[in-house]
Amino acid sequence: MSYTEYTKSRRLKEKIAILILKSIALISVITTIAILSFLILETFNFFTTEMEDGGFVKPWDFLFGTKWTPLFKPQSFGILPLVAGTLLVTVIAVTVAIILGLSTAIFLSEYAPENLRRVIKPILEILAGIPTVVYGYFALTCITPILIDFSEVFGLSMIIFNALSAGLVMGIMITPMVSTISEDALISVPQHLRDASYAMGAKKFQTAFRVVVPAALSGIAASLVLGISRAIGETMIVTIAAGSTPNFTLNPLESIQAMTAFVVQISLGEAPHGSLEYTTIFAVGLVLFLMTLSLNIFGKWLVNRYSENY
Amino acid sequence: MTTINPDNKFKVRERLDKGVNFLLAISIFIAFATLLALIFDILNDGWKWFDWQFINSYPSRKPEISGIKAAFFGTLWVMSITAILSIPIGVCTALYLEMFAEETRFNRFIKLNISNLAGVPSIIYGIIGMAIFVEFFQMGRVILAGSLTMTLLILPIIIIASQESIKQVPSYYLDAALALGSTKWQAVIMVILPQAIPGIVSGFILAMSRAIGESAPMIAISALVYLTFLPSGPLDRFTVMPIQIYNWISQPQDDFRGLAAAGIILLLIMLLSLNSFAIFLRDYFQRRN
Repeated sequence: MSYTEYTKSRRLKEKIAILILKSIALISVITTIAILSFLILETFNFFTTEMEDGGFVKPWDFLFGTKWTPLFKPQSFGILPLVAGTLLVTVIAVTVAIILGLSTAIFLSEYAPENLRRVIKPILEILAGIPTVVYGYFALTCITPILIDFSEVFGLSMIIFNALSAGLVMGIMITPMVSTISEDALISVPQHLRDASYAMGAKKFQTAFRVVVPAALSGIAASLVLGISRAIGETMIVTIAAGSTPNFTLNPLESIQAMTAFVVQISLGEAPHGSLEYTTIFAVGLVLFLMTLSLNIFGKWLVNRYSENY
Repeated sequence: MTTINPDNKFKVRERLDKGVNFLLAISIFIAFATLLALIFDILNDGWKWFDWQFINSYPSRKPEISGIKAAFFGTLWVMSITAILSIPIGVCTALYLEMFAEETRFNRFIKLNISNLAGVPSIIYGIIGMAIFVEFFQMGRVILAGSLTMTLLILPIIIIASQESIKQVPSYYLDAALALGSTKWQAVIMVILPQAIPGIVSGFILAMSRAIGESAPMIAISALVYLTFLPSGPLDRFTVMPIQIYNWISQPQDDFRGLAAAGIILLLIMLLSLNSFAIFLRDYFQRRN
């Protein structure tokens, strides 16, 4: 074999190898197409499968109905109670994450000396690595009893499965994520802005809250948006601690059902393929998917915005 | 008009500064205290159940003789197949995107698509895995279906970690290899990839530890089964540790809560050792460079 023949065959082999790599990279695109097409297909089946009373679910009733009773008669498929349940838990969780995550981020980037950072960062990493089923257990067996004791002091009635307990624990769960993204944004604020503020005679808290935080605002907003998306898609905490009663309520002391918890409830029962229950989880899944996808795209857009500024 | 004594104003600011410092420290303390409370709660509930009998028994209606053996081996099966599937796919994708892909619109779309896939809730992967592998390909609720679903779930994480790791290899490595007459393929496989492996491995371990703790997608694939045998192949039915733990949590009796806590202890031991290994690897190679 001559030298040119050798290089020729080597080039061909490498071209084939790169082609193989490319086709493997396409798996991720195929995954997206599969997710979208199966969600849409089964949602279509959902709207064309007969209910027990012989009628069909109308898209309008599905999106804006306020009664969710898919498992008993009369069947009703209004998703708003599930959406309200999810949003209620999410609002509580994000409130906790704003307070804890943001102050952790500010403390880490503006206040903490290096050796303290080295203690706090691993704690956050451990919190981020705890499985959600463990958080669910913690909410149900530790936080809920404490909350019930508290509510009795104030004369309120509280149910074992409630949105508040799930929301508080979910807030702890998303705190590491919010604080990591916010901290990145705070750290990337140029040092000369801080120096200028100190030169004007500002104290540390003034510099932190009036100069650094406003400069990093889009990054902080991104951390919250991504945190919200994470909270909406979280499953086990709400399944274990928030209950499975689709109440259309904004009272955090009541039992609710989140969208994800409904999907788990049906999945546990091995719904037969093609039945109305089976297609229902895909209709709920599509709503969930669209909500988290739009939040994620918005959040990433915000992140890119601040990284362009400096 | 009242005049403000400037000395007073400074004192107020001084106090405010200290107050803010204190408040920030408190919120970090809350996060820390929660972690301690969580660990204490679980140890307190589960320690007396956590013994060899628990690890070496099948689930049962009687809590005293119930154990996590079937779920433990189910987790091992699902995770091994997931690892075998996800490493080559993840690394190949990352290599293609970082080293060979030109800046075309389609390749930018692939990258954007991967970062969006990383944000899809895990329960969605569960129901899609059920629709595709369990129903469409008629596999049934078996280990292979679980592993394939888990692979789809952790692929974005592995790809992104591998991309980061490949990016961090200095560009003069590639230049030097090319200058010595190697082709791009040889340079990437023999020079860039070995340099990136530590980062890829630690990203992979973190992805696996996330997969081990995932309950929701596995519930969608496997549902609730009551297994009193060990799976012997990828086409057997299975249960995994998080499902078993969830199953025990949802029982009303206190004893089953204890079993759940014992299961959580085992799960956390596995995850902590995996995570600390990944962090050790990362730090070790960071210091070496």
